[in-house]
Amino acid sequence: MKPRVAFFDFTGCEGCQLEVLNFYTEIVDLINAVDIVNFREASSDRSDEYDIAFIEGSMSTPGDVERLQKIRERAKVLVAMGACACTGGVNALKNRFSEEENRKIVYGDDAGYYKTIPAKGAPDIVPVEFMLHGCPPNRLEIVRLIKCVLTGKKFEQCHNPVCVECKLAENICAFERGEFCLGPITRGGCNAVCVTAGRKCWGCRSLVDDPNVNSEKDILKKYGLTVDDMLVQFRLFNGNLEVAKA
Amino acid sequence: MSKTVNFKVHHVCRVEGHGNIVVNAKDGKIEECRWEVPESPRMFESMLRGLGYSDVNFIAPRICGICAVAHATASIEAVEAAFNVTLTEQASLMRELLFDAETVTSHVLHFYFLVAPDFLGVGSVIPLASTHTDVVLRALRMKKTANNWADMLCGRKTHPISMVAGGFVKWPEMEQLRWLKQTLEGEYMQDLDASVELFKTLKFPDFTRETEYIGLYRPDKYSFIGGAIGSTDCKPMPVNDYMKVTNEFCVPWSTAKYTKHLRDSYQVGALARFNVNHDKLHPKAKKVAQTFGLKAPCYNPYFISVAQIVETVHAVENSIIILDKLLSKGIKQEKPEVKVKAGRGVGAVEAPRGILFHDYTFDDAGKLIAANIIIPTNENHNSIQHDFNKLLPEIIDRPQAEITLAMEMLVRAYDPCISCSAHMLEVKFI
Repeated sequence: MKPRVAFFDFTGCEGCQLEVLNFYTEIVDLINAVDIVNFREASSDRSDEYDIAFIEGSMSTPGDVERLQKIRERAKVLVAMGACACTGGVNALKNRFSEEENRKIVYGDDAGYYKTIPAKGAPDIVPVEFMLHGCPPNRLEIVRLIKCVLTGKKFEQCHNPVCVECKLAENICAFERGEFCLGPITRGGCNAVCVTAGRKCWGCRSLVDDPNVNSEKDILKKYGLTVDDMLVQFRLFNGNLEVAKA
Repeated sequence: MSKTVNFKVHHVCRVEGHGNIVVNAKDGKIEECRWEVPESPRMFESMLRGLGYSDVNFIAPRICGICAVAHATASIEAVEAAFNVTLTEQASLMRELLFDAETVTSHVLHFYFLVAPDFLGVGSVIPLASTHTDVVLRALRMKKTANNWADMLCGRKTHPISMVAGGFVKWPEMEQLRWLKQTLEGEYMQDLDASVELFKTLKFPDFTRETEYIGLYRPDKYSFIGGAIGSTDCKPMPVNDYMKVTNEFCVPWSTAKYTKHLRDSYQVGALARFNVNHDKLHPKAKKVAQTFGLKAPCYNPYFISVAQIVETVHAVENSIIILDKLLSKGIKQEKPEVKVKAGRGVGAVEAPRGILFHDYTFDDAGKLIAANIIIPTNENHNSIQHDFNKLLPEIIDRPQAEITLAMEMLVRAYDPCISCSAHMLEVKFI
């Protein structure tokens, strides 16, 4: 029997699922290799029997948490897909304020409210086997992960910072252009797409393993910047990480 | 009539985000007929507070993965309005060219992946991959080209990178623009012709409900960016007065805020734009509208999908015209210029699903103090509910499966993008 794959969306923009729909002929190969049993954005066929579950979005309501726990019980392999599912992503920006304040700002005084909680990533609630970082995750990395899971090969995350890929792309360093770039401490695997497109790294793929802290301090010193300046940038996508909390 | 119907479609599929349909009829008498939205709130208007304008522009597109370019454009236009930034001709042509790519990708996704399976009697595009391989490959090819078209202009369609307040930080090579023009004129037009041939064989349900149709209006063109707020019921209104048009309000049977203007509800999106702007369509798009028998004013919401096909053709024709201009003048390496000042600005664009507003207030350091964002899907919830109210009595004698499908297809016709809906309320259901 072909492995059964399910996609589930939580609180987010559904851009990660869209990246799966953005596969070209790979989507036809994928359909041949697995049974997609749950993909509400693209299909009305549904099933509670699945082997591999992809989670998109962060957990921002008590209902999200319960639903995730149920999926965890059923799935043999759970994949957090995208920054929101991995760490809370941009949704964690709201965690700078109390839920009460957020609701008041968005809905005003006279409304009854949805019950919401501070945004969390899936690994904050249940164990996950794999993480696909990024906002959005890299399409080729999604394909690589699926291939690894299907063939039983080990999936290796990218372990170099974005700077390595940026050098290979022959970009001018964003710091030299006067930007505050998070490339030196951010996990690569995106081909430095944002710097190549003329901007800087925002850190959407979260902190690289074992970041070179001393080197980062040297860079900040060279450009007259502080750790606090860096944290302001870092919190845009990583506000939930312990290291980002002031 | 002694028909009893009782069903709930939980989380309607092939729509972006979560929505439910609730129907309850006893002895032919309709007791409940509701469109519910239980989507989890994101709190964007709150969480953008305190961010610098440039970060606001980068984060705001994360409201929606499908219409990220529309959100980026509305967000940037709001910043430019607040800081009085004017664009060069090259920058505004590029922005329009990118926006056309968004309209095309979103519409192709909708009519091939989300709507077509209903007409072909399948649950999704997946079984079509083996039964209608050429159709699926065409749809994927059309999406891929449109994605490449957007990636080339802004670095990445989900979520855009190079487009900023004041223009773009990176410009495409002439060679890339030539490739795009050649592809659009050749392969893309052929694929569109084949799409028209396919979709004109489908029979769209016969249902009408006249309402107010709202979309951006410019006298000179079928507008997707800027202009005034046009309506089929009144004269164009300034974008800054958007709150007088949207009039958001709460209802006890839905978790989303509703909107209304001059009638019980109004509709936004492809059909609304067609009803407001049809006379300014490019020639081939006009012909395609005739092929489908689409004439303004059209009151059949199922024809939103047809209007999307017409707009796709229009957007491709429009892009070829823009590419001719850019290619004849050559690309200058312009640098965007923005001078920060305190102030408020409103950006309005026609996202694929309808008119979208971003309204920001900044302090003198360019940090966001307040934001209000109005999403087209929220504007359409009320229209969907009123369509339900008229449709259900007309079809109540049919088998339940048929009723369910007709109502689901109606929701899908609107192409709702529920994750976008920023304003949500909790309501107790009876």
